Amino acid sequence: MTSQTASLAGGEKPALDMKQVAFWVVAGGIWLLPLIWIDPTIYMVLTVAGVAMGMLLFLTAVGLTIIFGLMDVLNLAHGAFFAWGAYVGFTILGALNGLGWVETGTLAQSILSVAISLAVALVVGGLWGLVVERLIISKIYGDHLKQILITVGASMIMAEIIKVIWGPNQEVMLVPAAFTGSYDIADVVINKFRVAAIVVGAAVYTGVMAVLLKTKLGIIIRAGVENREVVQALGYNITRIFTGVFAAGAALAAVGGSMWGIFREQINPAMGEENLIFALIVVIIGGMGSVTGSFLSAMMVGLAFNYVAFLMPKLALGVNILIMAIILLIRPWGLLGKE
Amino acid sequence: MPIWEGGCPMTEPILELSGVHTFIAQHHILQGVDMAVLPGRATVLLGRNGAGKSTTMRTVMGLTPASKGGIRLDGEDITKARPYEVAQAGVGFVPEDQAVIYSLSVEENFRLAMLNENDDSWKRMDTIFELFPALKKFWRSKAGVLSGGQKQMLAIARAFVGDHKLLLIDEPSKGLAPIVVDQLIDSLNHIAGHTTIILVEQNFHMASHVGSEYFILDDGHVVHQGLMEALVDDHELKQKYLGIA
Repeated sequence: MTSQTASLAGGEKPALDMKQVAFWVVAGGIWLLPLIWIDPTIYMVLTVAGVAMGMLLFLTAVGLTIIFGLMDVLNLAHGAFFAWGAYVGFTILGALNGLGWVETGTLAQSILSVAISLAVALVVGGLWGLVVERLIISKIYGDHLKQILITVGASMIMAEIIKVIWGPNQEVMLVPAAFTGSYDIADVVINKFRVAAIVVGAAVYTGVMAVLLKTKLGIIIRAGVENREVVQALGYNITRIFTGVFAAGAALAAVGGSMWGIFREQINPAMGEENLIFALIVVIIGGMGSVTGSFLSAMMVGLAFNYVAFLMPKLALGVNILIMAIILLIRPWGLLGKE
Repeated sequence: MPIWEGGCPMTEPILELSGVHTFIAQHHILQGVDMAVLPGRATVLLGRNGAGKSTTMRTVMGLTPASKGGIRLDGEDITKARPYEVAQAGVGFVPEDQAVIYSLSVEENFRLAMLNENDDSWKRMDTIFELFPALKKFWRSKAGVLSGGQKQMLAIARAFVGDHKLLLIDEPSKGLAPIVVDQLIDSLNHIAGHTTIILVEQNFHMASHVGSEYFILDDGHVVHQGLMEALVDDHELKQKYLGIA
């Protein structure tokens, strides 16, 4: 930014939205509500576990909300990108384990192992995204029914390829040595990989928001969502940009799959379809196309799951559906979606 | 020195359309448009509703591609060029519906228009703030909160910041109060001093105060062309094609 823009920084700012303030006060109150029934130490343990789960759910859903919100594409192949990320991570961690980096590695080797597996998953997911967008999606923009049918088909093909390459059975995902076990901080027990999940989730959220809000590319993408024709008439090849957005969404899904695989310590070819449901719930609660909405929604689901699992274990599995139902009744367009 | 002789311009046109036909769905909108626009001038496209003025602009931009005929920009064939290629070749476009990006701030709308964002493009902002001071006041506000006139100013200013050699502006006065139209006339005359403008306009007051040349379209082709100063006094022609008494 030049001095010209800096000198304009004092321009008119929007007034404080009291509705938003009230929303956050109520949300904070609900968050603290379980303290009435739960011991503060256990509450902290559950909160950290909930935030970590929320981050993983966010990683699962962020690509879906970007692709749907920015490109208006219903991508039900999202789960397949997720599963491919998990299997690529599985292969990379297996290969690095052969070098002694994973199960018996140092802290640095453990961190590098996860970083490399995520990076390779990112690249492979992105390449799959490029292929699917160019071969299939680019021909059916604007037709949601065809998008559903064709992306479900693509998802099946991608899952079958996983079975051909890695086999149809469940596999055990290696967890790097430094991420096994727990930290004990003032009686608050924190699983080490959950800390990694929180770091990766926060980094992805920050990165995506920084690109969307602080870069020229982000301006072009946001403008393209609102008026594709104007963006083209201003000199931007929106087709190429949207291909990149789709690839980025697929790449983020693959990163989510790789992280989820390490967290659950197991992977299977059907994991994409299973997690697509979670991703859809997170996106519906958060509001289609809102990255921050998906982030808040994932946190809400992760925290609620952990608190409810402690207080009423039988209700835990249904809590995300319950939250979704409540949100759909109050705000059918989601927390931060557009009406 | 006369610039028109026997219906043909004496200098090389910046934009030339020859026998351009354009369809929208099954409707044959442009039916052989021939037009040569001279550089450094403000040319106005006039005609009744449905004559094909806006479609001519969209066809030049590649947004509604020509099915037949040729379009040349500075001698280069752009008939089959995509909209972003036409823009990269130096053509700016302000569509009829303003088309500012409501969810972006005023600042972001300008950054979007700076295809090659550099110091020169930011220097042009000084001129823009002189022409449209309201835009400075709302610099950080979402474009969606601006009034109709301010949105129109933003749309035109956004095209100007892109440093184009040719600006296509479609009905800038549409829906604006007379006082705003007069401000816009001053701004457009300033911009016309820096770049070539093609203006589609129903408001003859604006058209005659900005344009130096004109083309009248009727039923998808050019039926008359010439100097604006001659048209202003030609009541018969205005009555026949523009419905102005």
